[in-house]
Amino acid sequence: MRLEPVANPTLLRQLGLPALALCATVLVAMALALLAGADPFAVLGQILTGALGSRLAVLETLNRATPLIFTGLAVAVAFRAKLWNIGAEAQLYAGAIIAVLLGTGAMGAPFVLPVSAVVALLAGAMLLLVPVLLKVRLGVDEVVTTLLLNFIMALFVSYLLEGPLKDPMGMGWPKSPALIPEARLPRIVDGLRLHWGFALALIAAGIVWLIQTRTTLGFEMRAVGANIRAARFAGMPVNAVLVKTALLSGGLAALAGWSEVAGAKGHLSLDLSPGFGYTGIIVAMLALLHPLGVVVTALFVAGVFVGADAMSRAAGVPTYIADMLLAVALLFMVLAIALTRVRVVRG
Amino acid sequence: MGGAVIEILISASFWAAVLRIASPLIFATMGELICERAGVLNLGIEGIMVIGAFAGWMAVYLGLPLWGGVAVAFGAGALFGLLHGVLVVPFGLSQHVVGLGVTLLATATAYFAYRLALPEVTTPPKITPFQAWEVPVLSDIPLLGPALFAQTPLTYAAFACAGVVAFVLYRTPLGLALRAAGENPAALEAQGVSVSGIRIGAVMVGSGLMAVGGSFLTLSAFSSFFFEMVNGRGWICIALVVFGAWRPGKAVLGALLFAGFDALQIRLQQTPLGAVVPYQLFLMLPYVLSILALIAMSRRAQVPAALMVPYTKGER
Amino acid sequence: MSETALGAEVVLRLDQITKRFGRLVANDAISLTLHRGEVLALLGENGAGKTTLMNILFGHYMADTGSVTAFGQPLPPGQPKAALAAGIGMVHQHFTLADQLTVLENITLGTESLWSLGRGRAAAREKVQSLSRDFGLAVDPRARVSDLSVGERQRVEILKALYRDARILILDEPTAVLTPQEAEALFQTLRLATARGLSVIFISHKLHEVMGHSDSCVVLRHGRVVGQVATRDTDRRALAAMMVGAEMADSAVAPGVAGPVRLSLRGIRAGALRDVSLDLRGGTITGLAGVSGNGQAALADLIGGALLPEAGVMQVDGAPVLQWSPRAAIGAGVGRIPEDRHKTGTVADFTLAENAVLETYATRFSRAGLVDWAAVRAHTERLIAAYDVRCPGPEARIRLLSGGNMQKLILGRVMEETPGILIANQPVRGLDVGAIAYVHGRLVAARDAGAAVLLISEDLDEVMGLSDVIHVISEGRLSPAFARGALTQGELGLWMVGHGFGEGAAHAA
Repeated sequence: MRLEPVANPTLLRQLGLPALALCATVLVAMALALLAGADPFAVLGQILTGALGSRLAVLETLNRATPLIFTGLAVAVAFRAKLWNIGAEAQLYAGAIIAVLLGTGAMGAPFVLPVSAVVALLAGAMLLLVPVLLKVRLGVDEVVTTLLLNFIMALFVSYLLEGPLKDPMGMGWPKSPALIPEARLPRIVDGLRLHWGFALALIAAGIVWLIQTRTTLGFEMRAVGANIRAARFAGMPVNAVLVKTALLSGGLAALAGWSEVAGAKGHLSLDLSPGFGYTGIIVAMLALLHPLGVVVTALFVAGVFVGADAMSRAAGVPTYIADMLLAVALLFMVLAIALTRVRVVRG
Repeated sequence: MGGAVIEILISASFWAAVLRIASPLIFATMGELICERAGVLNLGIEGIMVIGAFAGWMAVYLGLPLWGGVAVAFGAGALFGLLHGVLVVPFGLSQHVVGLGVTLLATATAYFAYRLALPEVTTPPKITPFQAWEVPVLSDIPLLGPALFAQTPLTYAAFACAGVVAFVLYRTPLGLALRAAGENPAALEAQGVSVSGIRIGAVMVGSGLMAVGGSFLTLSAFSSFFFEMVNGRGWICIALVVFGAWRPGKAVLGALLFAGFDALQIRLQQTPLGAVVPYQLFLMLPYVLSILALIAMSRRAQVPAALMVPYTKGER
Repeated sequence: MSETALGAEVVLRLDQITKRFGRLVANDAISLTLHRGEVLALLGENGAGKTTLMNILFGHYMADTGSVTAFGQPLPPGQPKAALAAGIGMVHQHFTLADQLTVLENITLGTESLWSLGRGRAAAREKVQSLSRDFGLAVDPRARVSDLSVGERQRVEILKALYRDARILILDEPTAVLTPQEAEALFQTLRLATARGLSVIFISHKLHEVMGHSDSCVVLRHGRVVGQVATRDTDRRALAAMMVGAEMADSAVAPGVAGPVRLSLRGIRAGALRDVSLDLRGGTITGLAGVSGNGQAALADLIGGALLPEAGVMQVDGAPVLQWSPRAAIGAGVGRIPEDRHKTGTVADFTLAENAVLETYATRFSRAGLVDWAAVRAHTERLIAAYDVRCPGPEARIRLLSGGNMQKLILGRVMEETPGILIANQPVRGLDVGAIAYVHGRLVAARDAGAAVLLISEDLDEVMGLSDVIHVISEGRLSPAFARGALTQGELGLWMVGHGFGEGAAHAA
C-alpha cells in the first residue's frame, strides 16, 4: 500500500470526501448512543431539535456561536500563516478582563463600548506578541508557549477574581462585579436574547476575508504559511508578517472574551469560557481556515454543543459526546482533505 | 525567607515529594522523547495522559490488579498512538492539528466513558493505590533513605524506564534505526528499514508511556479519577523534551528540577510568604518555569533534523 | 581499464522495464545486462530516465512492466530490502546519510536485526576499517557525518554498500559533487572493486569519464535505450551524437558588447565567501565555474540580498550598498533565478498569477495596501504568452506545471522587470533539451539588452559555451577573470580544485 498524488482532483472527490467524513461522524454518534444504551435515532433527533427546534434553541445556538466565530477566526488567521496559536483561550480572557476593567464604572457612555473593544483587542494582541517574538527572535516553539500561557492566564484570572476584581456583593463567589448598563452590548432586536456581539463577529469574518484575499498583507500571510522560504526569497518581510498575523489573531480571540462579558454574561467568572479557545481550533480546521467558512462551522459546532446539552438532559447520554464528536469530525475532516490530494494504491 | 527555603530543602519529605512529582513527568517525557527522536511531534500527549489516568484507574476499579491497570493504561495510550501515527506518518497530515485532535478525542473519550460508567456519583470512588515500598537496607540510610528509597513501585519504574529508553536509544540497532528515522528517514529506507514502521511503532510505544505517566496520577499519587487532573502536565513534558535537548538523561534532570520547584512552591505556600503572596502566583511557577526553560535552551538544542517532516518513499 | 568482461557470467539483467508517470514515459522497454567485473556506464542527458531506472532497480519505484534478475534470481519489485539482500548497493546522487550520526552508525544502520542487542561496535569498526584499507576509502568510523567533506561522505556511502557485501555497485552521477582529484580516487576505488569481482554501474553525462573509466556504455534518450556499445569501439563524438540525437553542433554564442560595471564586490567576506572581489559588467555574461558547495550559494545569496557582507564593499551602479535585503536587491534592479525553483522560486499551492507577482505585488500591483488582481491577471496572461508557458491558465496551481514551464514563468517574472543585474543559479538544472535552449536564449537576449548576467553552473560545458568572462570559485575564493577561450577545460579544472589561488596572481580588478 502506498500513496499516489492526484494531480487534478475531481469535484466529486473534493466535495464527496468531506461529506463522507461528516457521515462517518454521524455514524460514530449513533454508535456512542448505542453504547450509552440509548436509541441512536432518538439521540440524533434530540440533538437536532435541541439545537434548532425552537426559537429559543436557535437563539441559544447563535449566542454560543458568537465567541466561537471570534476564536475560530483567530485560529484560522494564525494557522493560515503557519503560526500555531493554541493560546486563544488566554487571549479570550485578556479581552474579558479589559471588558471588566473599563466596564464597571471607569468610563461612561458613549465611549466605554468602543474604547473597551479596542483596548481588549490590543490586550489580546499583546498577549500573543510575546510568544511570537520569542519564536521570531529565538526560535522558541510557539505551540508550547501559547499553551502554557493558557494555564498562567487561568491562574491570573483566578487571582483577580479572588482579589482586586472580586465582587464585594458576590457572597464569596469568585466573580467580578457586574458591568454598568452603558458597557453592555445591546440586543440586536428588542425582546430577542441575541446581542450585538453576534453581528460584530459576522462583520469580523467579512473583514478577515477581505484582508486575506484583497490586501498585500493577506497575500503575504498566505505566502508565509504556504512556503516561508519562497516568501523570504521574494523579499517579503517574513518576521513583520508573522508579528502582524499575531496581532490580528490575538485581537480576534480577545474580542471573543470581550463580547462574552459585555454581551452575554455581564460579568467575569472563572467559567466564562468552557474551552472556547480550544474549540476555535476545531471550528477553524473544519472550515479549512476559510474566514467565511468559520461562520458556518462555528454555527455547526455551537449547534452540536447546544443540542448535546439538551439531548443529555433528555436521554441521559453524557454531554461529553459533543466533544468526542467534534474531535472525531476534526480528524475525519483532515483525513478527507488529505485524501482529495492523494489516493491509496496497492504496491 | 532564606531560612524557610533551607529548612524545606533539608527535609526528607521534600525530596520524596520531588521524586513523586517527577515520576509521571518522566514517563510522559520519555514517551514524547521517543516520538520526537523518530521524527513525530505528539501533541496528543495531554489527552493520552488523561486516557491513561482514566483507563488505569477504571481497570483497577473493575477488579484488575494494580500492574494490570498500568498495562491497560499502556494499551489505551498505544491505541491512541496508533491513531496519531497512522494519520501523520503514511498520510503525512499536519502533526500539530492531528495531535491537538487526538488530545481532544482522548480527553473527551475518558470523560464520556467515566460518566457512562459512573453516572450518578458525586464523590469520586476510590481504589487502593500503590503503596510505598521501602528498599531493604537502603531505606535505612538517614535522610537519603526516606527521601529516595521509600517510594511506590511506579516511581522506581519511572527511573528504570528512563534507563531502558537511554539504553535502547544509544546501544541497540533498534535505537539506531529510531534515531535515523528522526534525522534522515531516506537514509533508513535506503538501508531497507521501513520508516513508517519505525515511526508508527515509536509513536505507539511513546504514547503508551505517556498513558502510564497519566496512570501514575490515579494509581499512585491519588486514588480517584478527577476531571482536569492532568492539568497541563503533558504540555510541560513537551517543554521538558526541548529542555533536555532530546536526551533521556538531561530530560530526567529537567523533570527533577521542575518537580523540585513544584514541591518547593507547595511548601512555600505554607510559610509566612504564602500569607503575603497570592497562592495563584505559586501555582503559576511551573508554567512560567517551563517557558523560561524553553527560552534558555532555544539556541543550544540539537533538534532532530527530520522532526515534523513527513517522509514519502522515493521522494527527496 | 580491465579487459571487457564479456565472457564473464551475467550478474544483473534488466528486461523490458517500462515506467510511466502520468503521461510521461520515463522508461520505455529498457533492457540491459551487466557482467561480473564489468564497469557499465549509463549515459544520457538530464531527464533521459537514468535515475528512474536505477530507482526501479533498487526498489524505490515499481516498474509498470518488465523484470529484474540478479545473479540468476528474479528480484521482487518495490523492495529496497530485497535489492540489498541480493547484493546490490546503491550510492545515491544525494547522499542518504544521517548527519548527526557517526560514520559507523550510518554504515551499520539496518544491517542487524532490530530486535537484537547488536553485536558490538568493536567488531563492526574492525570490518569497516579493513574495507577502508582494501578499497582505498579512508574515513574515520568515529567521525560524525556532519563533520565530513563531500568526498568523504561519498566514501561512507560506498562503505555502506560494501559492508553489506554488495556484489553490484550502482553510483548515480558520482562525480557531480567531486573535484577532479576526488573523482580520480573514486575511479581508483572502482578499479579495486572490479578486480575483486564486483560489478559497477555508474550514471553520468560526462563523456570523458565514460570514455576513460567504463568497459561498456548504454545510452538512454527520452526513456529509451538508443545503443549499447563496448567503450573501446566508440568515441566521444559518436556517444554525444547518440545522447542528443544528432551531431553536436558547436553552438557558438556571439560575444557580448561589454558595458559599464553594474555591480562590484571588493574584499567581501560573507558566509562561505573569503575575500571575494568581482565585477559584473553590463552586456556581459559572467560565468561562475566550480564544484558545487564551494560558495556559489553564498555569492548568489549575497547579490540577491539574502546574505549580508561581514566585511568588504559592495557597489551597485557605482553607489555603495548600505541597506541590503531581497527587497532592496529587487529594487536595485537585481533579477534572481533561484537554484531551487520548487522550494525557493515558487509557492507550490499558489496560482501562476500569484507566483508571477511574488516579488512585485507590493510595488507594481497594489494601491493603498490593496492588491489589484485584475492587473495581476492581465500581467500573468501576458507572461504566459510571451514566455511560452504551457499551462491551463493564470488561475491554475503552479504545482501542476512541469519544471520547464515553471522555470519559464520564473524567467518571465524576472525578465519583465528588465533587471540590470541578473543572477541565474543553475538555471537549466533538470530541464529537457528544448527548455535548456530556450533558457539559454533568454539569458543571451538579456545580456544583449544590456544586463550584467551572472551564470552559476556546475556544468563546465554550459559555462564555457555561454560566458564572455569566466571566474572559478573554490573554497569560497574567486579566481581572476578569464576571457572566453583563454583557458582550456583542463586548466579551468585545475583552478576548480584550488590550484592557482594565493600564488600571487593579481585579481583582475
